[in-house]
Amino acid sequence: MDKTGKVVILPCSGIGKPTGALAREIAYELAERARPEKTAMTCLPLLVIGDTDALKLVRENPVITIDGCALECARKSLEAAGAKPALTCQSVKFFLAHKELKPEGVAQLNEAGRKLAGLAADELAATVDRLANGEDA
Amino acid sequence: MEMRVKVGIVSCSGEERPEGTVCRMACRRLLEQTTDKTVTICLPLFIAGGREERTFASKYPTITVDGCEKRCAARATETLSAKPRMTLLIPEILRKRGLAVPRTRRNYGPEEEPVIRAVIEELAGAVDEVLAKA
Repeated sequence: MDKTGKVVILPCSGIGKPTGALAREIAYELAERARPEKTAMTCLPLLVIGDTDALKLVRENPVITIDGCALECARKSLEAAGAKPALTCQSVKFFLAHKELKPEGVAQLNEAGRKLAGLAADELAATVDRLANGEDA
Repeated sequence: MEMRVKVGIVSCSGEERPEGTVCRMACRRLLEQTTDKTVTICLPLFIAGGREERTFASKYPTITVDGCEKRCAARATETLSAKPRMTLLIPEILRKRGLAVPRTRRNYGPEEEPVIRAVIEELAGAVDEVLAKA
């Protein structure tokens, strides 16, 4: 790991599905609550336009992509930017593991979705710890 | 059967900034209110998607909405699809309306509602303007 010494959390920017909103909320739960000292975020569209600072961040640090659908925009945009994800995941897998918490809403997630995002962030926190220590995901 | 023209809305998602959340929420809410007039695409699909996604701005007169001066939505749309018909910028809208940028990136409620409503109003006006010229 390099200069920022942080694990980059890169959610999809989904504006069409609750699972996109869930991906974004999981990223915020990780970056703001679960592991604020070990994580960083950047805007996915900055990679789309080839922003120098964003490219440097994802090329020099381990990145966890969290996608909201099978099109995997976050992973593909990261790879198109010349970086490889340390871990890729899809937000729906957390719902499949906690089916009692159905995420609903796109502009804003419902309470179940927010709770699911918290659980997902707690699960991903161990991976963040390993990556921050220079270990594999 | 008459084919009605729809306006394509491309929102920056700005995960890193509150303005990105404002952008995303306002665009999404407008889309839900105007399904007969608007369509959208997730911005990263210009890269992650296929030919169909990259022709989006050729098929629809497009309005981009950006959260900061880097103007990712406008630039990505023009570079990877086609030139947008109009470009909006959240800081300009809020300045014009005398509103402050929200301090948080999520869990918006009544405190942030005036900001979201202001952006929806501006965007709705832009949609009508584009449709009038289409």
